[in-house]
Amino acid sequence: MSHEEDRGEVLVRVNDLKKYFPTSHGLLRRTVGQVRAVDGVSLEIYRGETLGLVGESGCGKTTLGRTIIQLYEPTGGEVFFEGANLATLSAAELRAARRRMQIVFQDPYASLNPRMTVGTIVGEPLAIHDVAQGRERRTIVEGLLERVGLDARAANRFPHEFSGGQRQRIGVARALALNPSFIVADEPISALDVSIQAQIVNLLEALQDELGLTYLFVTHDLGMVRHICDRVAVMYLGKVVEVAKSEQLYTNPQHPYTRALLSAVPVPDPVAEAQRQRIILEGELPNPAHPTEGCKFNTRCPLAREYCRQEEPALFECEPGHLVSCFAVEEDGHYQESRAHVL
Amino acid sequence: MNEAPIVEVRDLTTRFYTEGGTVFAVNGVSYDLHEGETLGIVGESGSGKSVHALSIMGLISCPPGEVVGGTVRFRGRDLLGLSHGQMRRIRGREIAMIFQDPATSLNPVLTIGRQIGEALVLHMGISPRQAHDRAVALLEMVGIPQAAERVNAYPFQLSGGMRQRAMIAMALSCAPQVLIADEPTTALDVTIQAQILDLVRRLRDKLGMAIIWITHDLGIVAGLAERVLVMYAGFVVEDAPVKDLYADPRHPYTLGLLASLPRMDAARDQGEHLRPIGGQPPDLIGLPQGCPFQPRCPYRIERCAENPALTEIAPERRLACWVDVRSTSPIQAAAPSEAAR
Repeated sequence: MSHEEDRGEVLVRVNDLKKYFPTSHGLLRRTVGQVRAVDGVSLEIYRGETLGLVGESGCGKTTLGRTIIQLYEPTGGEVFFEGANLATLSAAELRAARRRMQIVFQDPYASLNPRMTVGTIVGEPLAIHDVAQGRERRTIVEGLLERVGLDARAANRFPHEFSGGQRQRIGVARALALNPSFIVADEPISALDVSIQAQIVNLLEALQDELGLTYLFVTHDLGMVRHICDRVAVMYLGKVVEVAKSEQLYTNPQHPYTRALLSAVPVPDPVAEAQRQRIILEGELPNPAHPTEGCKFNTRCPLAREYCRQEEPALFECEPGHLVSCFAVEEDGHYQESRAHVL
Repeated sequence: MNEAPIVEVRDLTTRFYTEGGTVFAVNGVSYDLHEGETLGIVGESGSGKSVHALSIMGLISCPPGEVVGGTVRFRGRDLLGLSHGQMRRIRGREIAMIFQDPATSLNPVLTIGRQIGEALVLHMGISPRQAHDRAVALLEMVGIPQAAERVNAYPFQLSGGMRQRAMIAMALSCAPQVLIADEPTTALDVTIQAQILDLVRRLRDKLGMAIIWITHDLGIVAGLAERVLVMYAGFVVEDAPVKDLYADPRHPYTLGLLASLPRMDAARDQGEHLRPIGGQPPDLIGLPQGCPFQPRCPYRIERCAENPALTEIAPERRLACWVDVRSTSPIQAAAPSEAAR
């Protein structure tokens, strides 16, 4: 969405971020293990850009988004936002930083309190952060509703009176209330009908142009990612395995997982579908509670070699701006079809 | 297509009577399904695509629902006139169905093998012992590893993809001639979806059954179906061979759907925006007069106050629209914005 020249200023820097959740068992809920939802992720998000975060369910993309904006306390690693390390901020400073980073949730039905009016929902951030009261708050809320394409009178109504697309607009209005610079959009369209999805995406794009917003767009919809995102990060089992500009990723994917993922997405064109070579991955996502030794993708990887089962590859730059973590790609300099073996 | 169709649906109409009013879920659906054909049915939520399938299978619970009209002929025999007992002999044996959510369609307290075997014992009259062995073979056919052990697993012990494979094994257990699949991959991840679609393609070629594949995903239909019906508000609005539908869509709703989709396989032009369909999906309780798509349609004309019937416009192509979109330009911003409701 943004242009080349906008890049440069880093708004969010994520450094070796980890988030583990304890798993418990038995009557006393003893902790018996950990799910490594995010397991050492480093990323930079530039001001004004849209970074897509893609992967399948359980890969940790939602947890990463929530940990970045400190909805979850990180298990390890750091997040720098507008230059400040969020872990070292005082409570008051963190509160101030929170105004600048907001989230739009996936489910427009579950994320709006059914007992609150839309006005109260959208005005709640203003109340919590003590930004505006009474008539002033009312005016701001009405402005926000109009900004997202709703009628100002919607403020007096309840969420159940609105359709899915309209509710997601309400969620966007709430996220905008405190003038954030950074918004995590966590699967904002996946619960909506196809004809409504495009309405919300166009709204998000227009708001970005108007307000200079930076988005982390979490999704599993690879078609939409190519449309909306400047850069894309691909996650697999708590790790980022590839980061590239959208065009690079779609025209020249390097990680064997990215290649399989892209080839698995059905394309709305019968002629193209008939000619496509599909890479069908065997097996399923391993259980993140039982970490895989070596590269996390080795159990399903057509390139896997013996050392892939022992050591974990790090991200390296295979072309300018294009990072990938794969030993085979690193050795050859690029993905080589001939190295793939039939599983 | 000279031979007689295997399934003939005529004027199928289903309603639900609720406290809020009568829901006009399926409003006169007619089509033929031919031997070995894969028919895609596309529509958004509330288009009636799932209810239409349940109506065919005699699975509409009454009350609140009722199939109020039409016929469904399977090999010439009207299914809607059959007794429960007669229908039970067809359902699962001649016509099988797979559902969207494998987690809720399987019985959680019975093993996978027991559930697959149930249909075999009922329809094929084989012993439970034989049914167990047959279940193992079926699980192997749908690509479940260690089938001999997995046959004794309970649904919660299987992943979503494995459960959907088990559902497919169950549906195919009696070698049905027609398989109705209602969004069976919607709850799955794309790499698992690709596995399931690949499996279905192979099984179709091997077993030669006819398939009705219901989905909202125009990509899946493009890669799987030979012919597509587009549904909107309980009506079939367009029916075409798959290549023609994508290359030359004639209904404004089909056009709108295709235009609102971003393409993963094409570079994005700078500054290009998606072209969404304005307005809201229809309310099936208070359907608008005339064409149901008219409130959102950028091509609407006065005549749209009268609902156009689905008419043959070319061989193998049917359309329900007064306007020829090829020679008409859309009205800008015709559809009311969401706020206007």
